[in-house]
Amino acid sequence: MIRFAELYNELDSTTKTNEKIASMVRYFAGADHSDAAWATYFLSGNKLRRLVPTSLLRVWAAEQAEIPQWLFEESYQAVGDLAETFSLVVPPGTTTTDESLTHWVEHRLMPLRSMSDVEQHAAVLQIWNETPARLRLVVMKLVTGSFRVGVSKRLVTRAIAGHTGIPADVISHRLMGDFDPSAESFASLIDPEIQDTVPSKPYPFCLAHPIDNEKGPEVLGEASDYLAEWKWDGIRGQVIRRSGQTFLWSRGEELMENRWPEIESAAESLPDGTVIDGEILAAIPAGTVLPFAQLQRRIGRKKVGKKLLTEVPVVFHAFDVMEHHGEDVRALRLVDRRARLDELLCSIDHPHLKATELIDGESWDAWADIRTTSRQRNAEGLMLKRKDAPYDVGRVRGTWWKWKVAPYTIDAVLIYAQKGHGRRSGLFTDYTFALWDDGQLVPFAKAYSGLNDQEIRKVDQFVRKNTNDSFGPVRSVTPTLVMELAFEGLQRSGRHKSGVATRFPRIVRWRHDKRPQDANALADLLELLPED
Amino acid sequence: MVSFEPLLRPTSSGLYCDAGDFYVDPTRPVDRAVVTHAHSDHARWGCRRYLSAAPGEHLLRMRMNDDAEFQFLPYGESISIGGVRVSLHPAGHMLGSAQVRLEHRGKIAVVTGDYKLGRDLTCQSWEPVRCHLLVTETTFGLPIYRWPSPESVREEINAWWRRCRDEGKCCVLYGYAVGKSQSLLAGLDTTLGKIFTHGAVEKGVQAYRRSGVELPETHYVGAVEGKQDWSGAMVIAVPSAHGSAWMKRFGRVSTAMASGWMAVRGSRRRRAMDRGFVVSDHVDWQSLLVAVDQCDPETVWATHGYTAAVARYLNENGRNADELDSGGRREGDEDATADAAESAS
Repeated sequence: MIRFAELYNELDSTTKTNEKIASMVRYFAGADHSDAAWATYFLSGNKLRRLVPTSLLRVWAAEQAEIPQWLFEESYQAVGDLAETFSLVVPPGTTTTDESLTHWVEHRLMPLRSMSDVEQHAAVLQIWNETPARLRLVVMKLVTGSFRVGVSKRLVTRAIAGHTGIPADVISHRLMGDFDPSAESFASLIDPEIQDTVPSKPYPFCLAHPIDNEKGPEVLGEASDYLAEWKWDGIRGQVIRRSGQTFLWSRGEELMENRWPEIESAAESLPDGTVIDGEILAAIPAGTVLPFAQLQRRIGRKKVGKKLLTEVPVVFHAFDVMEHHGEDVRALRLVDRRARLDELLCSIDHPHLKATELIDGESWDAWADIRTTSRQRNAEGLMLKRKDAPYDVGRVRGTWWKWKVAPYTIDAVLIYAQKGHGRRSGLFTDYTFALWDDGQLVPFAKAYSGLNDQEIRKVDQFVRKNTNDSFGPVRSVTPTLVMELAFEGLQRSGRHKSGVATRFPRIVRWRHDKRPQDANALADLLELLPED
Repeated sequence: MVSFEPLLRPTSSGLYCDAGDFYVDPTRPVDRAVVTHAHSDHARWGCRRYLSAAPGEHLLRMRMNDDAEFQFLPYGESISIGGVRVSLHPAGHMLGSAQVRLEHRGKIAVVTGDYKLGRDLTCQSWEPVRCHLLVTETTFGLPIYRWPSPESVREEINAWWRRCRDEGKCCVLYGYAVGKSQSLLAGLDTTLGKIFTHGAVEKGVQAYRRSGVELPETHYVGAVEGKQDWSGAMVIAVPSAHGSAWMKRFGRVSTAMASGWMAVRGSRRRRAMDRGFVVSDHVDWQSLLVAVDQCDPETVWATHGYTAAVARYLNENGRNADELDSGGRREGDEDATADAAESAS
């Protein structure tokens, strides 16, 4: 466990990709299969199901530190990370023995879940007594399920590849879907010989790079080398049809069972040995794509009722094929894959499973013109894909490009602030913005990103000096700062005071040139609402 | 807030003693200032008369105009200013740092300035002074701040230097120019290699040496002529040098910040340095409580930093406590001190 905590510490204290990979390779080289399996499990973003209610942990920590509960909460606000607060506030313990990561997870942490409060209390105190701050930080990260250390699944994949010499793409494919953290599954993960085929196993997604709107697509070369499609705002998915079964995976590598019955039933008409990539969209099967807000009504529903099925039908807009008649076709050129996809979908001709439209044009100007109609079609812009490129793993530069339309922007006034988490802990970085309505400032959006570190410090100082009121962690400040916010779309909302909800709001720039009275009105925002 | 007039009251120019007509660490130019230590957020320019502790004479003179009038008082000796007995007592923050004790008509007030408990290799240790009113700094006044022993951190720093030397890298260790840098310097293992200093740090080193503090041999980076092999060297610099053009000469470096703020990962990561060492010249939570216990005041005024949390905690635990200011000091403020020192050099 000490080695794993050291690994965490190393990963946490560098921003350099190569150093992170080197640290992981060193760890894997020194770990047995069982520890390596758990490390892979946690580093690639999995967590243990909740072991102990954090509300209890907070109470016990305050007791151990001999401080009142409010002071623990104050400390948590300052640190911005619960596991770290436990590691700092509770007096440091001393390590007597160094048990393995596997032992910790399987024999000390997972049993916590089935214990009574009293037993949990005793076990947690014992853990704290045996852990100095750095070790305890990692243990508590596992306990609270907030284990994140700036490592993507892709980086873990590269580290395992670096350690074993097996190509990263192979590791990546074997790691897709659910990974069982056992010595056996790690052994088969790094086995150079066998390639066991699990019917549900998805392929890693190919991801697109954004095109800088200032520069335009001309930097990509000749338009005739590319295909253009609409960039839809839906849910990326991978449909797998193998061994008479259907699997629908999200880009977050989550199996979406029973949530999109139209698509699952449509996929039944696909021949065995088919894997296609596409976007789940709320759409009338005849054609029109509905706004994302409609699709949102179905997101998160584990079971979909009849009413919703009728009101918000979905269609799988397929744009690529990775497996065709049981054969991995990712190495083929896009145009060749596309031909197979068209033929495949044509032959089954299903209203809920169709090939996405290719946009005519073949010149940057023509596509630029048609791109201006994106919003009317509920699209975010265009996708440009190289005709001769294979289906790449991850975000490979130069093959897929997203050319989004410029976002909506509006000037708003900062009225509330709250401290951030992680790298931004202790600073006021989470802001609520408001617009004018009848002489009042009405909050309408929260934005967390867009300012640089120096600007964040300035806003932080402003908040500290201009706080008028506090509601828990939220500070209400004198309306002074004006920021330009960008967002991708908006919809009516009964839950928002302003009556509208914006999609992906973020700060574009700090408008030092504007006074609060110069900010936009709520009416300006409402004008942007699409017609119902 | 319980009044301690005419002994001490907060004003917009800092703490003021009506009975003696002087300020403690005034925030703007006044006629008469009693100064706890030579950092620029405590010792401001432009006052006519300064009273400060004798061991800090060279440091204060380095910072101030020559035409001001200075008086330096050994620790523990007292003088009378307008019927107020004034004495200065070691604060352990840096060379010459003092707590100011004021006594008038049987009431005693102590202003800690910045202070820490425990031993420092380069200055006299803090001593408790019993009082009715304690004005304490609370820069790190939350239970998340718990300093590791200075010995263990010195070992970590030397271990880091050793590893960098073996990898052929140059160590750049950042600390505030005056006080922190010298105490870091005193803890370095001189058998590991040569030690270099940034200009602002070197000025502080010279002032420490003039004051009789023994420090390892240093070489001023600006005085290096010709080709210098920086691998394996230790450079002590001010934080504002991080990422500047000045850094380029060192080639492959490993950078580290030495500060109490490094106790929290968020602060460490924001700095984007390779290492963060938890070294502070301020009291942490536990030692703040020990200090209050030992000084045993009826009333505590909390200033700088986590004033609200400290005042509330003390009030709930049998002391009468108030916040002196709520704006407070934050991470980064002391960098400004270092920067000021740099531009003055």
